[in-house]
Amino acid sequence: MAEIVKRNKALSVNPLKASQPTGGSLACLGFDKAIPMLHGSQGCTAFAKVFFVRHFREPIPLQTTAMDQASSVLGADENVVEGIKNIAEKSNPALIAVLTTGLAETQGCDVHRNVREFRVKYPEYNHVAVVAVNTPDFTGCVETGYAATLYEIVKDLVPDAASAGTKPGNRQRQVNVLASPMLTPGDLEALRDLIEQFNLRPVLVPDLSDSLDGSLTDDDFSPVTIGGTPVSELATLGEARATLVVGASLRKSGELLQEKTGVPSHYFDHLYGLQANDALITALAEISEMPVPQKIERQRAQLQDAMLDTHFMLGQLRVAIAADPDQLNALIHLVHGMGCEVVTAIAAGNTPVLATAPVDSIKIGDLEDLEMMAKERKAQLLIGNSHAVASAERLGIPILRIGFPLYDVIGGYQKTWIGYRGTRQTLFDLANLVINFAHEEIEPYYSPYAQKPESERQACSPSCH
Amino acid sequence: MKSTKDIAELLDEPACEHNKKEKSGCAKPKPGSAAGGCAFDGAQIALLPIADVAHIVHGPIACAGSSWDNRGTRSSGSELYRIGMTTDLTEQDVVMGRSEKRLFHAIKQAIETYNPPAVFIYNTCVPALVGDDINATCKSAAERWGVPVVPIDCAGFYGTKNLGNRIAGDAMVNHVIGTRDPDPLPLGTERPGIKVHDVNLVGEYNIAGEFWHVLPLLDEMGLRVLCTLSGDARFREVQTMHKAEVNMMVCSKAMVNVARKLQQSYGTPWFEGSFYGITDTSQALRDFARVINDPDLIERTEAIIAREENRIREALAPWKERLKGKRVLLFTGGVKSWSVISALQDLGMVVVATGTKKSTEEDKARIRELMGEETLMIEDGSPKALLKVVADYKADILIAGGRNMYTALKARIPFLDINQEREFGYEGYQGMLELVRQLALTLESPVWEAVRATPPWRVGGLKKSDTAVEQEPLSARAA
Repeated sequence: MAEIVKRNKALSVNPLKASQPTGGSLACLGFDKAIPMLHGSQGCTAFAKVFFVRHFREPIPLQTTAMDQASSVLGADENVVEGIKNIAEKSNPALIAVLTTGLAETQGCDVHRNVREFRVKYPEYNHVAVVAVNTPDFTGCVETGYAATLYEIVKDLVPDAASAGTKPGNRQRQVNVLASPMLTPGDLEALRDLIEQFNLRPVLVPDLSDSLDGSLTDDDFSPVTIGGTPVSELATLGEARATLVVGASLRKSGELLQEKTGVPSHYFDHLYGLQANDALITALAEISEMPVPQKIERQRAQLQDAMLDTHFMLGQLRVAIAADPDQLNALIHLVHGMGCEVVTAIAAGNTPVLATAPVDSIKIGDLEDLEMMAKERKAQLLIGNSHAVASAERLGIPILRIGFPLYDVIGGYQKTWIGYRGTRQTLFDLANLVINFAHEEIEPYYSPYAQKPESERQACSPSCH
Repeated sequence: MKSTKDIAELLDEPACEHNKKEKSGCAKPKPGSAAGGCAFDGAQIALLPIADVAHIVHGPIACAGSSWDNRGTRSSGSELYRIGMTTDLTEQDVVMGRSEKRLFHAIKQAIETYNPPAVFIYNTCVPALVGDDINATCKSAAERWGVPVVPIDCAGFYGTKNLGNRIAGDAMVNHVIGTRDPDPLPLGTERPGIKVHDVNLVGEYNIAGEFWHVLPLLDEMGLRVLCTLSGDARFREVQTMHKAEVNMMVCSKAMVNVARKLQQSYGTPWFEGSFYGITDTSQALRDFARVINDPDLIERTEAIIAREENRIREALAPWKERLKGKRVLLFTGGVKSWSVISALQDLGMVVVATGTKKSTEEDKARIRELMGEETLMIEDGSPKALLKVVADYKADILIAGGRNMYTALKARIPFLDINQEREFGYEGYQGMLELVRQLALTLESPVWEAVRATPPWRVGGLKKSDTAVEQEPLSARAA
């Protein structure tokens, strides 16, 4: 059980946190022909766009209600209604997510009402799904914004069993997956592959592995996402055999989905490490009523072997981690299970899962906190996003890059962390960082009596006596 | 090529206990069930840590190709020893008799590129068999380029790794030691009332820099280490070894011929000791003082020992609690078996059995002294036999050389690497802290439970249910 230490300083230095609208946008970008529209000033959108472009190295569809001075003071309802209409008219999207920003929320907007007004005023666009989400940036982080958006999508776009007549298990092999933002497109591909090995048909919601996996398409340009979960697929969720909810932050969405459709949800806080994946595979074997495929058993044994090989490097290793809550919890479990000591844990936001992490305390803070605590507690290795690289350099210790954003590496978004295989690679990567950069060696000692060659004697510091 | 007579002479080592027994550590390997390296391996391992020498392996690629830069020894200065050099003989060289010529040019190239104070030539099986005269080649190369070139005639088929160690020692005694007198003591190192004594360490390899835990204490005692053969040594240091007042044999008896011959030729007394564990480290320091027999040194040494023992026992206290009573199976070669036992006993651990394959009769006597007459001594070092002992004696951990690491890990048994490839230094008082850290690291690791666990889907079979609808959601929260 971890004690949660709240922020206790006025200035946030080198922020770890990115905003809720950024997270909400990410959730929306996992649907096909979708586009998020941030309700705020143009900058809100521009920054989020640059953030994603640098991370995914892809064009990112993102729009804005472009609040100006007048609308900020006098009301921006028009901006929302006309903004939705303009996108619907020009881009023919399947889904528009209207995400509020701090500006709009402070002004006192009601985007849900705005969407209803849009429906009344422009019935010709009734085929375009529109969800409105409250995602002010003065609370939460990427993960909470993402979770809130997914919750609204389940609430508004998944029909309940009573009215739609869906029945759990009608689609015998379908399994829904609610996917947390800690899952990379690479992770989602691996998860899809695992599920398919049990002869099940996964429906990932949302599916960033189909929209932001970095593939070339036939279209030169598209104002909306190409690929991702089809919005029409949301109507089938109620016919599935089961739902896998990956990420503690999505628990509420999983509960809502089960409540609406009757499809049983299985909850996984994360999919890093042996135990977490054992739970996943056991669940898949039960859902599919199939024995565990040989290939997966083999991968499990490979992971166990890697755990043995790497425990020499990772045992007692003092690790500092900074991440959003789900991923932080997952990483703490993973390295703790290898015998590492998590000396510093920094979360971008506060969610209930943090209290369950096997570490003394977790600080809700920034990368300055990370750096100072890591220094004080003599951390030997850092785990964090690209912003933390500078901290690692100043601390003189290696860093494993993970999370959002990863802008100083190519293909970071595609790395696979989950499953037995992903975990194995993570352990190898960690151990290699230790071998190459964090191995504490015995300092050479120069005896004042030594008859070393003349050329070497200048190097002798008279440290002794 | 060495004659049978040369080899027989090397095998006859009066200072070695095995000499008196029929069964000896230098016995002929048995085809089909032999383990361990060859004479070349032994010679190279013994001398490679001499850091500023160009070490050239004369032979086709198999000898150097898979063995260069493969040792945990460390240097405080020159890194030349880490540059792999071989004549990489080709079929043409062998058939056309060009290998001597290639060697000659190889020596020239090494000297021109790296400007070393000396070049060591390791002879291997193929050139030995075709009859290269490496002594003559080395001699003419030395004359031609003005740099000492030392032949080390250590073809693999001469015998075991142990023999190779002796060949290496022999080469040092015959070609290097005694070719230069020690430097005068450096200015500014004299301390009033303290007489500096010159000493050597033979068989100290400075693995992972561990000798740097011990050297400051020797300095403080006023012992000038003329040379450690061969950890962090330089050629010019080896040259002066004949002038020491006492030699300490550190590792095994592998290079005992060096100590014996130095005693024969120069009258230098020697003793055997180890820096593993508190007890043995103190004993080694005491033995230096005792053999040198300087009353002031003896007194100061006792003071240093008392201070260091107090310091380290305090630092070890919290670790001892964690390790106390843990059962160890120790499988190492030679002297290390008894020296490590005392280190482990210092920690309150129980050594249930120990390997004695490479140990001398004297080593075995010391083991009995330390562990009692009933001690299980393991001669059969096969993986299967080791694992059986681990199971039968309920050992918590196997401590052995890197070669056995994967035997232990595949059997899901905690393991500590104690041999030369390891990356951690355990010598001296300070090294004990690293030893306990590594012991606790593997013993207390959570991975053992994880890797021994049966997959959950094999426990008790799976639930069968066609009515997923009514099922309560499985709360499979990842713990």
